[in-house]
Amino acid sequence: MDVSVTPATAPVVQLDAVTVIYGKNRALKNVTATFARGAVGLLGPNGAGKSTMLKSLLGFVKPDEGRMSVLGMNVAHDPLKIRARIGYMPESDAHIPGMNAVSFVAYCGELAGLPAVDAMQRAHEVLYYVGLGEARYRNVETYSTGMKQRIKLAQALVHDPDLLFLDEPTNGMDPKGRDEMLELVRDLGHNKGVSLILSSHLLPDVEYTCDDVVVMDKGQVAAQGPINELKGPAGRVFELRVKGDLRGFIDVLASEGMDVHATDEDVMRVFVPAGAGDQKAIFAAASRFGAQVRHLRPSVPTLEDVFAKAVGEE
Amino acid sequence: MPIHDQSYRHYAGSKAAPGRSWTVIAWAGIKTMVKKRTFLGLLIFAWFPFIVRAVQLYISANFAQAALFAPTAETFRQFLEQQDFFVFVITVYVGAGLIANDRRANALQIYLSKPLMRSEYIAGKLAVLFVFLTLVTLVPALLLLLLQVMFAGSFAFMQKNLFLFPAITVASMVQVLLASFTMLALSSLSNSARYVGILYVGITFFTSAIYGALYAITGSSRVSWISISANLSQVVDVIFRLKPRYATPWPVSLLVIIGLLVLSTSVLERRVRGVEVVT
Repeated sequence: MDVSVTPATAPVVQLDAVTVIYGKNRALKNVTATFARGAVGLLGPNGAGKSTMLKSLLGFVKPDEGRMSVLGMNVAHDPLKIRARIGYMPESDAHIPGMNAVSFVAYCGELAGLPAVDAMQRAHEVLYYVGLGEARYRNVETYSTGMKQRIKLAQALVHDPDLLFLDEPTNGMDPKGRDEMLELVRDLGHNKGVSLILSSHLLPDVEYTCDDVVVMDKGQVAAQGPINELKGPAGRVFELRVKGDLRGFIDVLASEGMDVHATDEDVMRVFVPAGAGDQKAIFAAASRFGAQVRHLRPSVPTLEDVFAKAVGEE
Repeated sequence: MPIHDQSYRHYAGSKAAPGRSWTVIAWAGIKTMVKKRTFLGLLIFAWFPFIVRAVQLYISANFAQAALFAPTAETFRQFLEQQDFFVFVITVYVGAGLIANDRRANALQIYLSKPLMRSEYIAGKLAVLFVFLTLVTLVPALLLLLLQVMFAGSFAFMQKNLFLFPAITVASMVQVLLASFTMLALSSLSNSARYVGILYVGITFFTSAIYGALYAITGSSRVSWISISANLSQVVDVIFRLKPRYATPWPVSLLVIIGLLVLSTSVLERRVRGVEVVT
């Protein structure tokens, strides 16, 4: 069996000018992206093309243009070798009907090429790991939404993949379950040496679990790179609420080199680049424009700022 | 340090090369069905005609008074025809949910994210039906042939009817493959096994009913190609070197069967995908 090894620094996934068209809808438009080893977030609003990208990488969807490689192998030429080394956790509820959890996960292991005995042993191990150890003899169809999310992760892990594709892994989970799932994802990406691509529209999920991010918007890559770098160079972020002509004041701040993103009706986040001053510069601008500053609080740059900037939100 | 580490561990064992997953799918499907008592009962019941025929072979071979029951080539043709009923019931019972249940549970994306091709998935599902259908057609028919030799204590019957072994094999294969492919194709069209079962029964009876109506109107059996079961009977008659029972030329019936197999394959190719693209 092929065990092609990619250098430790090589990206795990590369897309080169990939276009996917569904009828008249261009789901991916000339996408060029690189996913580094480790945990990478695939971020974007619903309909941005995240799931289409994952399904293209799995070979479910054939791109109309472009080239894709996963773990150094061409998706068009080696789909089976690639799938032998990746695990996929789909977004929608998915299981094999009529099986209990341990049979289901072991079956998935066998499908991935594990001998029956090893598959069963791995099934028990990964079910304990994802927190379903006590419920492993229950029929999957009786599971709650949160448990179904966990078993989808277990079936993706059973054959010990080098790379995981996780499509909205916290969908439908309660807060406690969501935290536990994020802990698992973070552990896999940071402590267990499993590279992963976490597709999500939830910024906190990506920020907590990933080091890098690819931001998608309307079928295109809006931003990509390490999250810390994307948060921007040295500078300060302020949360600000003003009374007056909001639109005009935003234009004034922008003309002075500040990035402004509205987060609520009258609340905005203002990024003041290094060298452009501090809160005094905001007060001065407000004074000149005649706007009343009702609230100003120092903040830190978040992935939300990166996302808002990338997709052009105001 | 914990007594037993329940954290995630990497797998250091061996993995099989891609290409054998269809056997895993087939074996899982067979095990699932065999666990059902109703189905086991059905399988056992499907062997009653075999027992009756075996008794017939024994009596005719051992009692001169029962020479009337001596087997001919047609005996084996009749046996396969009797098994048509069980083929039909098992096809509906086993086959209706083979792909439909996977579609209902979104299992296709799980299957196809593993190192297996769509053709392997289809082969695995086909194998489940194939195994059970050959268990009630080819296997008992060949066993009967063997019993005939054993009871008679000579190869005279076999030598006289050398064509029987290939005829039984080919006829059973046509019967089994037609049922398996058409049912699997129907199963891929819906998320409901119940609906698929009704559809299969409906198509089978509807085509026969149409033929019956046309026969009543025209008085000719030349339109028997409309009926799926009539086409099968026609071709199997020819395989057993018997006079075809309908006026439709047998190559036409064969073409209809081949057409159904091609159509079913095409449906499966379109419907078994990891993602359903709605444009």
